[in-house]
Amino acid sequence: MQIIDAIGRSLQQVPVFADLSADYHQLVAGCGALSVFQSGETIYREGAAADSFYVIRRGRVRLEAHVPGRPPCIVDSLGANDPLGWSWLVPPYRLQFDAKALELTRLIRFDAACLRRKMADDPRFACAIYERLVPVIVGRLAEARRQLMDLYGQPAGRSQAWR
Amino acid sequence: MAITAPLVQPASHLWSISPWRISHVRRELADTFTLTLDPPADAADAAAAFLPGQFNMLYVFGCGEVPISISGAAGEGGRLKHTIRAVGAVTRALRQLRAGDVVGVRGPFGAGWPIDDTAGSDVVIVAGGIGLAPLRPAVEAILHARERYGRFIVLYGARSPEDILFARDLGRWSSRLDTYVDVTVDRAAGAWRGNVGLVTALIARVGLEAEHTVAFLCGPEAMMRFAVGALAKRGVEAGRTYLSLERNMKCGVGLCGRCQLAGHFVCRDGPVFRLDRIPNVFQVREL
Ligand SMILES: Cc1cc2nc3c(=O)[nH]c(=O)nc-3n(C[C@H](O)[C@H](O)[C@H](O)COP(=O)(O)OP(=O)(O)OC[C@H]3O[C@@H](n4cnc5c(N)ncnc54)[C@H](O)[C@@H]3O)c2cc1C
Ligand code: FES
Repeated sequence: MQIIDAIGRSLQQVPVFADLSADYHQLVAGCGALSVFQSGETIYREGAAADSFYVIRRGRVRLEAHVPGRPPCIVDSLGANDPLGWSWLVPPYRLQFDAKALELTRLIRFDAACLRRKMADDPRFACAIYERLVPVIVGRLAEARRQLMDLYGQPAGRSQAWR
Repeated sequence: MAITAPLVQPASHLWSISPWRISHVRRELADTFTLTLDPPADAADAAAAFLPGQFNMLYVFGCGEVPISISGAAGEGGRLKHTIRAVGAVTRALRQLRAGDVVGVRGPFGAGWPIDDTAGSDVVIVAGGIGLAPLRPAVEAILHARERYGRFIVLYGARSPEDILFARDLGRWSSRLDTYVDVTVDRAAGAWRGNVGLVTALIARVGLEAEHTVAFLCGPEAMMRFAVGALAKRGVEAGRTYLSLERNMKCGVGLCGRCQLAGHFVCRDGPVFRLDRIPNVFQVREL
């Protein structure tokens, strides 16, 4: 119970969940556990079952894509208060990238099956979770698209600023 | 909005090109280098009095003239640094020059960063790519009078780890206890242990007290557009946001009209502008 209370309190500090009601904080916290990864440790691997969802409390995590014959391509890096992983929301619940701790990293790990069950039981709770996670997903998609724009490259034959 | 008519008559010194000698060439990145230039004796005082954010017109004899920001002072005597990315005829010709060669210089020109006016505020610097060059003198000026400012944050984005400009300076600034520095790259592989993502992600993460914060931005316009959006989301108003803009230039002194932008001449009224004075700057689509 003490751990659940501590997780509930931690969630109040996480901007994406800060405005959830106290009841919902408890529901989310009830699926949570604390976990720690040392620098360089793998948190999860692409293709594995998405049975967890994480919120980073401290430290930094990088997401990597692996292509044969090439070094891992780093697609994103996340830090304190960032939610980590959304494959648990979407069937077939398989992870899409590797996640690796870049330094000592403390996370809250949520049991995805537990959260999904509570969301199925209480559509309003489900809605509250989606309302908070969808903007994060949309934001990251927009960032990824902007990364594709190669902002710092030199535009061909352009007439304005390029710095 | 009407185009502001040039208010000043040309003073001869605005047009006279003085010969500065290259004392040192430093390769920064594959396509970027820094020229350290020694002024002739009669230009030393004016050079030493440059404002962070101002630019000089650099003339390569027989080739052409380009505006280049001053990226730092180098010791006594008005010696100045210019950090240049080779993209076309003149900047490539500048890259061919060596120590001892002479460059024609006009300037310094333009409005710089509001270093004095923002004393007392928290300052966030957001730079992308070679946009760190015009901001480096601003960072040094703030560090020089560090006690006059609140929190000081430097956020820098580059294309890849190999494209990080002034890595030694970034390291030096971040080693100070009174300055927060964070760097991100758009893409990386293998051994890179830093952030990957746009500089906007750094803005979203950093602790800001919006009402006490001023932001200085310089980088590609698309980057600045996203960064302005990210700052606005954190509550930093347009009236507290300054950016350095580029337009093609010819005279550099507000006479030819080549660099006009929304009723301003970038060379004379800028290149540093307060965002609320150029409110639609990022909404103009190219034809
Ligand atoms: C106030 C100001 C400060 C600047 N500071 C720096 C600096 O510190 N370091 C630096 O490397 N560059 C800086 N620039 C940009 C620099 O002036 C241009 O790269 C230079 O004029 C290009 O000339 P060029 O003959 O080498 O290339 P060109 O042959 O003229 O052009 C090559 C390519 O670059 C594009 N281009 C040319 N000039 C510009 C420009 N002004 N803006 C956007 N695209 C352009 C062209 O469309 C073309 O695609 C600054 C520009 C301004 C207006
Ligand atoms: S008015 Fe001539 S370059 Fe600005």
